[in-house]
Amino acid sequence: MGDEAPPVKARGLVKRYKDVLAVDHIDLNVRTGDVYGFLGPNGAGKTTTLRMALGLIAPTEGTVELFGRDPMRSGARALEGVAGFVEAPRFYPYMTGRKNLELLAALDGDDAGKRVEEVLEIVELAPRGKHKVGGYSHGMRQRLGIAAALLRRPRLLILDEPATGLDPAGMRDMRALIRRLADEGITVLLSSHQLPEVQELCDRVAIVDRGKVVYEGALADLRRQGGASYRLRTTDDARAYEVARGQSGVGGASADEHGVSFQADEEHVGSLSLALASAGIGILALSPQLATLEDLFFRLTEQDGTDGPDVREGDRNGIANDLVNVLDQGAGVSR
Amino acid sequence: MSSVASAPAAPITAPRSARAPSTLVVYGWELRKLRSQKRTYLGLGLGVILPLIFVIVQNVHQQHDRAGDTIFGRQITQSGLATPVLMLLFESVFFLPLIASLVAGDIVAAEDGNGTLKTILTRSVDRGQVFAAKALAALSYAVVAVFLSAAVATVGGVASWGFNHVETFSGSVVSASEALVLVFAANACYLIPLFAVACIGVLLSTATRNSTASVVGTIGVVILLYIIAGIPGLEGIKPYLLTEQFENWHGLLRTPTDWAPVTHSLWVSALYAVPSLIAGYLVFLRRDVAGG
Repeated sequence: MGDEAPPVKARGLVKRYKDVLAVDHIDLNVRTGDVYGFLGPNGAGKTTTLRMALGLIAPTEGTVELFGRDPMRSGARALEGVAGFVEAPRFYPYMTGRKNLELLAALDGDDAGKRVEEVLEIVELAPRGKHKVGGYSHGMRQRLGIAAALLRRPRLLILDEPATGLDPAGMRDMRALIRRLADEGITVLLSSHQLPEVQELCDRVAIVDRGKVVYEGALADLRRQGGASYRLRTTDDARAYEVARGQSGVGGASADEHGVSFQADEEHVGSLSLALASAGIGILALSPQLATLEDLFFRLTEQDGTDGPDVREGDRNGIANDLVNVLDQGAGVSR
Repeated sequence: MSSVASAPAAPITAPRSARAPSTLVVYGWELRKLRSQKRTYLGLGLGVILPLIFVIVQNVHQQHDRAGDTIFGRQITQSGLATPVLMLLFESVFFLPLIASLVAGDIVAAEDGNGTLKTILTRSVDRGQVFAAKALAALSYAVVAVFLSAAVATVGGVASWGFNHVETFSGSVVSASEALVLVFAANACYLIPLFAVACIGVLLSTATRNSTASVVGTIGVVILLYIIAGIPGLEGIKPYLLTEQFENWHGLLRTPTDWAPVTHSLWVSALYAVPSLIAGYLVFLRRDVAGG
């Protein structure tokens, strides 16, 4: 038990609400030091799983352990070293941010009460700490949620959609904060339907769809399984497309007004670039495609057919929009 | 939060010893929260205003015979200590149960309304501790409401009509200081059935997850018991109705003191309070905290 046990270990987790199977035999393995992405469309069962992990709702079947302790059996002891929030963090709107943290610190015991100012500084809410939470913006509440979590000096931070509803700057700052916390050694379990967020922050992921885990493992392995995609711009895209089609080890070649797309491993990308040079075609840009995770995500979550309820279709559109937004922001990877 | 990534690296993850707060600490936390809520002061304000209005009206109109239906009503201008007794007679029927239910009915449901139940249940306290603290806070509020109202009535009455001896229900006369003790002892006895009302409120607050439904439901239970008490043919169950226990303190204002109503109210009130608390506790322990 204790430090040797993994931060999160779920086995056969099931949650059923009457006829609705919200979570269907989910297994999770979050290791110490992971920034673990829990990825899936809205309604896929992410939040329900996290609620079970935090002991807020009881599993219909299965177990979940945090550092070897089951919250349903050990109660608050299972949450030692664990902090975070599910859905939007909630506070008493009639109290100031500082007062809210002081109250929560009282429930944490030890020295948490002495750390209120410190955590307010960390999330840059100190100047607004004297204002009532009822007047806070969504982003400020999210940050206050992080501050409340940090009061507990967590070894495991469970965050459910922490960047949802934030503006681009807020999202960037939230990611920077999570990255900093991870760098300090906190294991992070990050639930999200925002692919860029997961791609930027996480090293391991579980992709959940309709209550089931359809993939769990390293993000890099997932990408390798899916095959790397590249986008190519040349001095003569039409001829480059023909060269790519004829090159061994290169698949899925397609061309449009933006250039040529194809899939290949690194060795064959090198061969293709030499072949293009031999053909007298200049390479203007050759870049891995950001959409890889999106492609894999949709491949994993849509392979059961398209007869899902409308809400899922809407969620998929939302995910696609998220990706488009990031692409439009030029998130460091050329198209 | 733009400088978060480069903020000075304070040791966020320094190990902390695991020492969970006691239930007493959680109770103190609940009281601090109560002090921050407007609803708390609404109830207490009512408990203060009503005796003040009574004293002012009595002073203005000087129609002393109006309150003369009871022995203490007839003494209204003879001793200020008759005022708190008259107020308890009046407020015990409906007013104080309403004030007690305002907080008891809200105390768990408000957490649902704010979505804060998940916030507090992911800290270092067990659900049982949270429930115990909330129940204790609801009872504490009832204590404060009753004694605050009694104190205001006493101060107002004594300021208007003096600190004089009073005649009790049995016709014997007690000194002013003894009457003062009896006044507060009577209020303490009244708390016994009022605690049961608060426990019903806590149960409804836990089960319904809706503040309004819980407050109205608690008062509804009180009204229902009054209605049952008034139904002909049901006289046999009348001694076991919670509302009948609201008069348990009358025995204190007799000579010799009649303790029978107080002891009777103790176990009758327990019949209402204990199952309510146990049911509320079990619901609170087992409930899924979803939403919010």
